[in-house]
Formats: sequence, structure tokens, C-alpha cells
Amino acid sequence: MVHIPPQAGPAGAAPGQRPGGQAASLDVEHLEKVYGRTRVVSDLGFSLRGGELLTLLGPSGSGKTTTMRMIAGFEEPTRGDVRIGGVSVVEREVHKRDIGVVFQQYALFPHLTVFGNVAYPLQMRRIAKAEIARRVEAAVAMVRLGGFEGRLPRELSGGQQQRVALARAIVFEPRLLLMDEPMGALDKRLRELMQVEVRQLQRALGITTVSVTHDQVEALVMSDLIAVLDGGVLQQLGPPLDVYQRPANRFVADFLGESNLVEVTAVRRDGESWIATSRRGLSTRMDAQALQGRETASLVVVRPENICVGEAALDLPNCYLAEIRETLYVGDLVKYRCVTEGGDEFVVKSLGATGAPLPPGRTVSIGWRPEHCLAVAP
Amino acid sequence: MTGAGHATGLDPRAGWGVWERARRLIPGRGDSALLLLPPLAFIFVLFLVPLAQVVWGSFFTPEFTLSQYERIGTTPVYLQVMGRTARVAAVTTALCILLGYPAALYLASVKPRTRQWLLLCVVVPFFLSMLIRNFIWMALLQRSGLINRTLIGWGVVDEPLPLMYNEFGMLLTMTNMLLPYTIFPILSALLAIPPELRNASASLGGSPLRTFLRVTLPLSMPGVAAGGLLVFIVALGFFITPALVGGPKQMMVSNLIDFSVREVLNWPFAFALANVLLWGTLVLYYVHVRLVESRLPRSGLV
Repeated sequence: MVHIPPQAGPAGAAPGQRPGGQAASLDVEHLEKVYGRTRVVSDLGFSLRGGELLTLLGPSGSGKTTTMRMIAGFEEPTRGDVRIGGVSVVEREVHKRDIGVVFQQYALFPHLTVFGNVAYPLQMRRIAKAEIARRVEAAVAMVRLGGFEGRLPRELSGGQQQRVALARAIVFEPRLLLMDEPMGALDKRLRELMQVEVRQLQRALGITTVSVTHDQVEALVMSDLIAVLDGGVLQQLGPPLDVYQRPANRFVADFLGESNLVEVTAVRRDGESWIATSRRGLSTRMDAQALQGRETASLVVVRPENICVGEAALDLPNCYLAEIRETLYVGDLVKYRCVTEGGDEFVVKSLGATGAPLPPGRTVSIGWRPEHCLAVAP
Repeated sequence: MTGAGHATGLDPRAGWGVWERARRLIPGRGDSALLLLPPLAFIFVLFLVPLAQVVWGSFFTPEFTLSQYERIGTTPVYLQVMGRTARVAAVTTALCILLGYPAALYLASVKPRTRQWLLLCVVVPFFLSMLIRNFIWMALLQRSGLINRTLIGWGVVDEPLPLMYNEFGMLLTMTNMLLPYTIFPILSALLAIPPELRNASASLGGSPLRTFLRVTLPLSMPGVAAGGLLVFIVALGFFITPALVGGPKQMMVSNLIDFSVREVLNWPFAFALANVLLWGTLVLYYVHVRLVESRLPRSGLV
């Protein structure tokens, strides 16, 4: 759970591009929320540099929304500190925090038009009328809603409402943008489109952002950093690549993507590599890096897409005979549920299957590379 | 749930069986409109027929004449009564909104459990009859009433204050009677506003006061309009309070109707007065629906 600073790769934000000035950093330290006897968030901490996007990812009840609401100021933390640009804001009232929020159900003002909604934060800041008109126009154009200024929210589709909510949250150039399940109410296609759009906009503006979601794909697509939460406890914090490829524990491995989890009873050294033996007697060779220094590992993860089926598996150091129990044809890939002779179950994702998928009942070879099985904490 | 039902021997479908049998008593599915028949007959016989009589009787005595209406329109004292009725109803409405809105706002802000108890306090006076509540006010307001005696006892005033048999006492009493009619619609309008809108306003830089003025107040206007209309209409027809707490100068249309029927036995004139009140109210309602309601914001999330 060490904070690995993300590389400013091609996807990296360019802070300071934003017209409003320097993007603010965000530091959350030892944040905690207790309701009665329930600890909803425990000792949560992370740091974001200006312009970065962090996603709080977790199932419902993991404390991710509570965390967001504490940053926004809708909830008071029981303990801990939230600093924006190095300055603590926990004592500050919500309306003085200068944080843009995109709400789960958008929370657009139903009695105000698109213009009225987007102009609202500017009116609250007593900005001159001409300036308001100019900035609203720019923000509305940015979310590609030009010409809709006179409409009421109920006259817009879900996707359009979401864009109004976004325009409203960024028009006043807040120091921080918070998004609570921003794509939750959209259908799948629109969601995928908006993920890319929101991400591009966020990068173009260089605005520091915290997004909340339970959708792992959304988290992987949009984030510079992902914080995986469960039961109010931070499970792992890191760039998407790290969190997916090197999950810290069983929960993260299971929650992000699909995982084959093999309970391991013994690990022994064999030359350069290591051999782990499962409870049911399955031995798998793994290299030192995949072991991640966990010589007493009790859990090994193999991602379904890293398992080869058929002839391709025969050359691999880890190769087993397995019976196909179930075949799921998903179009671009085929999913097999296989059981080895010893009784270990594996889900296999086979990409770009040519011809017909293998039928259930067939015995096939499955295999994976030593670097593709990963020891994780239980 | 189903499992629990079986365990206790209560098959949930058993209940449906009873319903099915009951439904079979009502012939056909489309004939369920028949269920409307008894209440419709009740309304027709006991409401519409007398109403038609009132309308008819104001024009035919037994020949057709407009003389009753002419009399209302040309006699200053009757026009005065009409004007007073409208004015008293309007002032009562304004007072009820001014007092009811803060109360509703407070009720909307407390926990649901606390709200239930407080609402009970609002409703309890309704358990008493109108008449008794008017007598209670008389006991409080009259020359030797509780308030005057207390004030004199404390030496605040030397002479009893004229608290009743005037417009002050009447407005006070009517406002007290009608206050719940504004509290309830305003409260329900306030509760229909998603709390997230207030958070949204705050996050966008709106202080609590500006959030109230720009979000809460406009979105609660449907409740204010509904409550106001209700109070105004009920106040127009108020009878007991003007008769008991008001003075001779506080006669309202209802009292005039009562006077025409019981004292001078002029039924056609009473019918005509009732018609003016009725049609005035209906026109008002129409104007409200067409002009006010269509311009009000709809509450709730889009």
C-alpha cells in the first residue's frame, strides 16, 4: 500500500494549462468516519498532484462515497485532514471550499434552464453579467450542448443532463472536481463514450479530480491513480497498470477483472524459479518477480486472459490437462470454465477464437507462463 | 418472505384466492367502473341536485328574473359585504402563508420521528369541533377574558383591550383555524425537494441564505400556491367565526346568506348570494390553475 507516483506518460496531465491558474494538489490524511459504532472509513490517506485523476473504487458500502462527501464537506470527518493546495479545508464551510461536484443523479436545479444551471455558480460569485454569459457559453460549448441553453433539465436526455452537471461543476474553475458515480445513470454505450470525453476534458483543463465508482473498467480507463476500498479500508493505491497486474491481495485481484485464485499450501525453490503446490496437488512454476517476495504465499492468482488453451499450452512450463465444463461465447472472446484432473477450477478467456468454440466435455491442455502467476496476500 | 409465510401456514396466495372470489362478484373486468356507482349516486343526490336547485332558484321565482342579482349589484351594503369577504379571506391567506411557511420549513428540517410528533400537535386542534374552538377564542379574547384580565392584573393596561367583535379578533381566530391548511402543502412541497439540491447549491458557492432564496423557496412555491388557494377558498365561506368572534361590522357573505334564510326568509336572494360565492370561487380556481400553476416549477429530480 505504498503510493507509487504515476509516470507522466503520454496520458499525463499538463498542470498549469488551465486558464484559471495552477491546478491544486489534494492530500487526504488519516481520514476516518464513524457512525455510532460503525467505522465507515478508516485511516484513509492518499495524495494527488495537480491535474491528476484518482478513482475511489470499491463495492457498495466500501466507504468511497462517504470519503468523497467528506472531501466535498457534506459530511464531517471524525478524524483526519483534507488539504487542497496544501491548505486544510476540513473546518471550511462547503460553499467556501471551491470544489465542483458532479452528483450521482446530477442534482440539476429543475426550475432553472441549462443556462441558469451553468450560470448558478458564477452568480453565487457575483460575477458581472456579460462575463457570466461568456463563460457559460464557453462551458456549454465545451460539453457540446450549444443551442440547448434555454431547455429545462427535464427536457434533456440522461447523457445531456450529465453534461450539464459537468459544465456546471467546471464553469467556475474550481480547485478540485469530485464526481460521484458520474456514469452510473447512463447506458453502457453512452457510458463508454462519456468516460473518454470526461477524461479528455479533465486533462485539457488540468483539473485535479476525484471520481467515485464501482465500475472497474471505468476506473481503469479514466484514472491516473486508483484507490481500491473495501470495508472502509484502503486495499491498494496505484496506477491502473499496477493495480491490475500486481494486485496486493485477494480482494483487489477479485474485484478488478476476473481472477483464478489458487490456494497454495507449499512453495519451494527450484533453481532460478519457484514451485507452488496447491491444496489439491497442482504444482505451478512461478518466477521470482511473480512471487513478489512472498515465499510463504498462500494464494496465487492467474488471470483468465493469461491462460492458453490447446496446442499453444503444450510448450509452456505450466501445462495441465483439464476438462471443459462450460463454454460461454461472448463474441470477441470465448470463456471456458475448466477443471483440472486434481479438481482445481480455472476460468480461461480465449481471444479471437477461430472457428467454433470448444464444446463442454472436451479434455484440453491449458497452460500459463511462470511470470503470469502472481502470489498475493490472502 | 414466502418461506416465512409457508412456515406459519400463511400461504400468501391464499389471500389472493379471497380476492379472486371477491372479484368474481363484480361482473367482468371492464365493469369495475360499477364500483364508482354508489359514491357517484351519493354525490348526485346529495350534492348536485341541491346545487342545481340553488342555481335554479336564484333565477326562477318562479318566473325568470335577474332581480336578485340586480339587488346585490346595486345595494352598497351587499357589495361591502362581498368586498369584506374577499379582503378578510386575502388577509387570512397572507397571514397563514407568512406563519405557516417558517413552521413548515422547521418541520422539514427535523428528523422524521420528531416531525411526526410535531405534526400531531398541528392536527390535534382539529379533533375539537370548530364551534368549541371558537368558544375557546371567545373565552380568551372577550372584555373579561383571560388575556384582558391578565394584562390588567399585571398593570400593563388599565382598560380592557377590544380584542373581539372586530376584524382583529376575527382575523386572529381564522388564521389559527386555517394555519394547518398552509403548513401541510408547504411541508410536502419542501420534503419533495431532493436534499442533494441543497448540497449542489452549497458546493457551487451558495451560502445557506442564497440557497434558500434561489433553490428551496422557488421549488416550494407549488405548496405555497396550493395551501394559499385552499385557505382562501375555505376562508371565503367562513361562517361561525364571523358570527361569534366578529362584530356586526364583520358580516361576511355566509352570514348574509344565513341572515336571508333565517331572519327574512328570502330564499331566492340567499340562492343568488350563494351563487356569487360559488362562481367567484370557481373562477378563482380556474385562474389559479391556468395562470399560477402552469408557471410554477416542478419539484423533484428531473
